[in-house]
Amino acid sequence: MSWLPHSHFTHSDSIVHRMRPDVKLACAFALILATALAPGHWTAWYAAVFALLTGATLVSRVPLKFVIQRLLLLSPFILAIAAVNAFHPDVRTPWQVVAAKSLLSLLAVLLVTLTTPFGKILQVLRRAKVPALLITTMALMHRYLFVLADESERMQRARLSRTFRKRKGIWWRLSASVVSQLFVRASQRAERIYDAMCARGWK
Amino acid sequence: MHIPDGFLDGKTAGVAAALSVCGVGMALRQVKRELPPRKTSLLGLSAAFLFAAQMVNFPILGGTSGHLIGSALITALLGLAPAIVVMTAVLIVQCFLFSDGGVVALGANVFNMAVLGCVTAHFSFHAARRAMPGTRGEVAAVAFAGWCAVVAGAITCAAQLAWSGRLPWTTAFPAMALLHMLIGIGEGLISALVYLAIVRARPDLANTSSPTHAPPWTSVTLGMAVALGIAIFLAPFASTLPDGLESVAQRFGFEHAAVAPPVSAPMPDYEVPGISWSVGATAVAGAAGTVIVFLLALALGRLLVPRKQSATPG
Repeated sequence: MSWLPHSHFTHSDSIVHRMRPDVKLACAFALILATALAPGHWTAWYAAVFALLTGATLVSRVPLKFVIQRLLLLSPFILAIAAVNAFHPDVRTPWQVVAAKSLLSLLAVLLVTLTTPFGKILQVLRRAKVPALLITTMALMHRYLFVLADESERMQRARLSRTFRKRKGIWWRLSASVVSQLFVRASQRAERIYDAMCARGWK
Repeated sequence: MHIPDGFLDGKTAGVAAALSVCGVGMALRQVKRELPPRKTSLLGLSAAFLFAAQMVNFPILGGTSGHLIGSALITALLGLAPAIVVMTAVLIVQCFLFSDGGVVALGANVFNMAVLGCVTAHFSFHAARRAMPGTRGEVAAVAFAGWCAVVAGAITCAAQLAWSGRLPWTTAFPAMALLHMLIGIGEGLISALVYLAIVRARPDLANTSSPTHAPPWTSVTLGMAVALGIAIFLAPFASTLPDGLESVAQRFGFEHAAVAPPVSAPMPDYEVPGISWSVGATAVAGAAGTVIVFLLALALGRLLVPRKQSATPG
């Protein structure tokens, strides 16, 4: 699955991978909170956080290309802020500060999610007393997200191979029917999964 | 519309997170009480479905394409409280797994897209459904609800950015509102087409959101919570008159006690008629847009559903 290589990295081994997930999440959360909410020009703080995160990224050996790609996805937001700043020079927060804050926070989130399996994150959330129903929903979503994404891809490919001419009016209806079939299949699968859950002693 | 970290300040992120926790908590309690156990797995699968559905592209002019956002569709299919839980799960997973939207800003994103989006969709869906009977009315209502949910979320998003002092309100509000009025048209159209296709394939799946499903008071409480949230976020910008808090402070004579105004207008110098007309014009455009989109949605319902199909309850 080229569009989501997370799972390839979460199981490799380094100091960052071996950190206890709850400690790692707590540290990352504190770091993000302090960075995102720091007032104004704390250049030294931003530099320190940047040094720490870059060091951790290098130690954890997650591919830099992937990290940089994700960071670049943020740039439309930052460009928008910069453009507004150009027209309204007296906005309270200059765009460089906003950019630094978002890039550093994103780097921290990336580092955590690339080195921790999602199941471990859910375990930490469960211990943090997040309601069980929400955890179950997220766990099921994470488990079947890739299955349904693959199914969606297959259905679109099948649709493409049966549609010879591309007319826009028809196209929307065809895409809508793909999405609706996806929902129908998802709810059928949900029934089967519930039976399987019960068979394995759920509740 | 996913706000990244660093774009909100502490008070905005805190207020939004508190509102989201309340809203999602209420939704979770209601789901636990009302949802049949068989449907527990449907919540997770619906969340996964929304993610996969967002990968299906709908071509727009000039080679660009859009995709479903889905809060209105899922609200119409599952009902209000389950939809809020599903959207919240989607947003949390997007935040952690795809670093889409910030961690500190998660509360604001959940408020805009899950709580506010679904509540707006729920109320506009049920209001618009009365306009036409049968499947026609439902399809029109889904289209209208999709538009409303997107625009409402965009407006509070702009308000949160302005309240944090990152963007001036006079820029953020027109830009976000006008852009999302356009995006909302696509969202409404896609939602309506998908909803209709589901109704045709499996009418039983689309029936769960009948009004008897949830007691009205829970939706009303949620609606009031959301209204409170909108009031908090929009109050600083709603008028150029001294706001309620200020006038109360003046009446009781403690305006000097405050170290700094809790909410300072992002740019006091710009509160002149020459600039703030853009806000007024956008508000008028929004009101007119709501009426126009409502009429368009009704026309869409008529166009998509032939009369004799609409008569069957579905």
